Amino acid sequence: MNYNILIGGSAGQGIVTLSQLLSKILKRKGYHIFLNKDYMSRIRGGHNFIQIRFGTEQIFSHSPFIDLIIALDKNTVEIHKEKLNENGKIICDESIDVSSDNLFKLPLKEIAKEVGNSKVFGTAAIGAVLKLFSIPLKDINKIFDEFFDSDLSNKNYQALIRGYELINNHFEYVEPQDKNHIMINGNQAVALGALAAGVSFYSAYPMTPSTGIMTYLAHKEEEAGIVVEQAEDEIAAINMAIGASFAGVRAMTGTSGGGFSLMTESLGLAGITETPLVVIDVQRPGPATGLPTRTEQSDLSFVLTASHGEIPRMVISLRSPADAFYQTARALNIAEKYQVLVILLSDQYLADYVQTIEPFDFKKITIERGIADASSVKENEDYKRYKLTETGVSPRLIPGQIENKTVLADSDEHNECGHITESAEVRTNMMEKRMKKQELLKEEIQEPEYLGAESPDILLVGWGSTYGPIKEAVERLNSENIKVGALIFGDVWPLPKESLEKYAKKVKTIVNIEQNYTGQLAKLIRQETGIKCDKSILKYDGRQINFYEIYSKIKSEVL
Amino acid sequence: MTTDINLFNSMDENAWCPGCGNFGILNALKEALSELDLKPHEVLITSGIGQAAKLPHYINVNGFNGLHGRAVPPAVGAKIANKNLKVIVNTGDGDSYGEGGNHIIHNIRRNIDITHFVHDNQIYGLTKGQGSPTTAKGQKTTLQLEGVKVDPFNPISFAISLGCSFVARAFSGDKEHLVYVMKEAIKHKGYALVDILQPCVSFNKVNTYRWYKERVYKLDKNYDCTNKEEAFKKAFEWGDEGIPIGIIYKEKKSTYIDRTPQLNSKPPLINREWKPVYAEKFMEDFI
Repeated sequence: MNYNILIGGSAGQGIVTLSQLLSKILKRKGYHIFLNKDYMSRIRGGHNFIQIRFGTEQIFSHSPFIDLIIALDKNTVEIHKEKLNENGKIICDESIDVSSDNLFKLPLKEIAKEVGNSKVFGTAAIGAVLKLFSIPLKDINKIFDEFFDSDLSNKNYQALIRGYELINNHFEYVEPQDKNHIMINGNQAVALGALAAGVSFYSAYPMTPSTGIMTYLAHKEEEAGIVVEQAEDEIAAINMAIGASFAGVRAMTGTSGGGFSLMTESLGLAGITETPLVVIDVQRPGPATGLPTRTEQSDLSFVLTASHGEIPRMVISLRSPADAFYQTARALNIAEKYQVLVILLSDQYLADYVQTIEPFDFKKITIERGIADASSVKENEDYKRYKLTETGVSPRLIPGQIENKTVLADSDEHNECGHITESAEVRTNMMEKRMKKQELLKEEIQEPEYLGAESPDILLVGWGSTYGPIKEAVERLNSENIKVGALIFGDVWPLPKESLEKYAKKVKTIVNIEQNYTGQLAKLIRQETGIKCDKSILKYDGRQINFYEIYSKIKSEVL
Repeated sequence: MTTDINLFNSMDENAWCPGCGNFGILNALKEALSELDLKPHEVLITSGIGQAAKLPHYINVNGFNGLHGRAVPPAVGAKIANKNLKVIVNTGDGDSYGEGGNHIIHNIRRNIDITHFVHDNQIYGLTKGQGSPTTAKGQKTTLQLEGVKVDPFNPISFAISLGCSFVARAFSGDKEHLVYVMKEAIKHKGYALVDILQPCVSFNKVNTYRWYKERVYKLDKNYDCTNKEEAFKKAFEWGDEGIPIGIIYKEKKSTYIDRTPQLNSKPPLINREWKPVYAEKFMEDFI
């Protein structure tokens, strides 16, 4: 059982604060939460909205059906009222010149004035919301004390009570399950994963929607003893991270597609210098500036080969906040173990949606640095940073680690010592040394997660953040006895093939579901396995596909 | 105490042209490091791409020969990672002032404790003779057949105006003086920019050894390098009127590391002790 509340208004009206407060109240009450944001690239005006789904079971995606709208302007009512469920309601201030069925016009601003702070009208609305869902006010004052300083807390609480008294119960009460969840978004989960896994240096240039990672890390800078540096541009950001990693700390950088484009030459630098590096691309719709605050999965093909020349790499797409936490930590280990580039793919939807999940298990996180010890180089010989070995991985020392041993890295083709060479033989050996690591990475890959019917007729394939919507669509289809299953890829390069080949043999139809125009996963699957997807569900309007769109398209176009 | 200079010798075959100004810079650098009693493993030299940028191969210290125009950011990252490393950037005028120009601006602002030696030969050597950001206006090159149309970049006035905490100019043909300037720059706490004039014997037929020798003069002993106004005047002296060499401007300023408590009062970041469970407390933010 769950409900969906939409809070809408123009930029600058305070819908973010309102949604944070409401979601925190509902979470503390013991409900599961799924909050997603739809916002424009502007500071004032326009139309932004946030949806909060809450209920008794874990929620994996957003819903197009709304139970309650909190409208801070007329626009919100007009844009969203058609999506209200039959029993749905709208609340807004009485001053808004709008009329609709199911509309409660409430004296929210009047209450705020009486309480003595015009900004608390939103809190009065929250009071009304809680009453509509019959949620008791018990213990909410404690949340207010955390959220506001004392005078403001008091005024907000008064507004909440006044709002609560304005209205009658409307929706059926659902008993919350008091569980010890955390409520976190994708960017925060990446940052927490990086912190847990011992990232000591993060350099980046602010770029929506990736900035949240940097922001969270910056808040923890002193407490964790790490350094977060706002670079002058993305080229500096990645080169600083490479320099820091070369010098011996765990380093990471993050950006979105535009910044990632600027970083491409340096991806090759990490590759040829064999400097461990994790880069996260939090995708948004391109090309160029595209839709800065919206979502897309259109960088997959790009990141698979980004950089001129050929380098080994691993690409991991993140499927949920929980996945984001554990996979970030895993990526950092893989980067150092094999001295390679690991690219993480997220997107605006995952970056910004907030979900209640099981607390992270920090005991599951290990830190494997892959730095060689002093015994790897003999007293009387020079250290060879690029020593040819059976696996292609050379013992990695860091500058200053051993007295009178020096470390040399080079972006030119180089010999075992790191010196420039144009020898055909050395070039061949070094290419083979580096590319051997691509083969080694296959030992690390994880199969995609399978969801749905045991022996499906239809197989859906997706990757990254469409995990939630696909999961919910599959459950709905399965509940109607439609035999659908889905493989949701996390690791995309090297592409894991086993589960895919197994299911592909059994099913009648394969459908790829992606947030891009060209079906980039389908192309990759065909390239690597020869398996062709029969149908595609593709969306590239900048808005995340929801479970109902998938459900409906499967029924109307696939069945 | 000095370090045996031979410890800095590299076995790598040198690819510079005979007579290149880079040799003077390389030899002076070895002397400066030796006289400062630095050991090879305590120093990191980063560079970009170009003839000058090959320097890390010809000296036995830690080296990171990165991308064209990007010599400075890896140096910054490395210094933040290990504040005990002596980090020096050795790269050319194209690499420093052209393709990576942005990085100088912002690292002057950071005042991070690294030394930036620009091998300024006023021409692009490795790509065979095109104009560089410091080539004189009107000078004919292999690409600018009618002469360079744009004004040259003045690294000295540029750096002073941004508040760079150490700005100097030196000449590769005067080793003793160059060693002195290098040592001062390396010892300086903060971002030290040294523009080192050097002839390109293959592609710059104007700014030859002789051309420089006839024009450079050492700053007077009484010159006050902390006087910004005087420094600006010196910054604009160029060409036939004489080219001042020496420490042109110096200012005491807190460095990036001073301003960063996680670095300032702590062991180097590479020695940071950390276990995954230490981050568990941060989950409180999400309750």
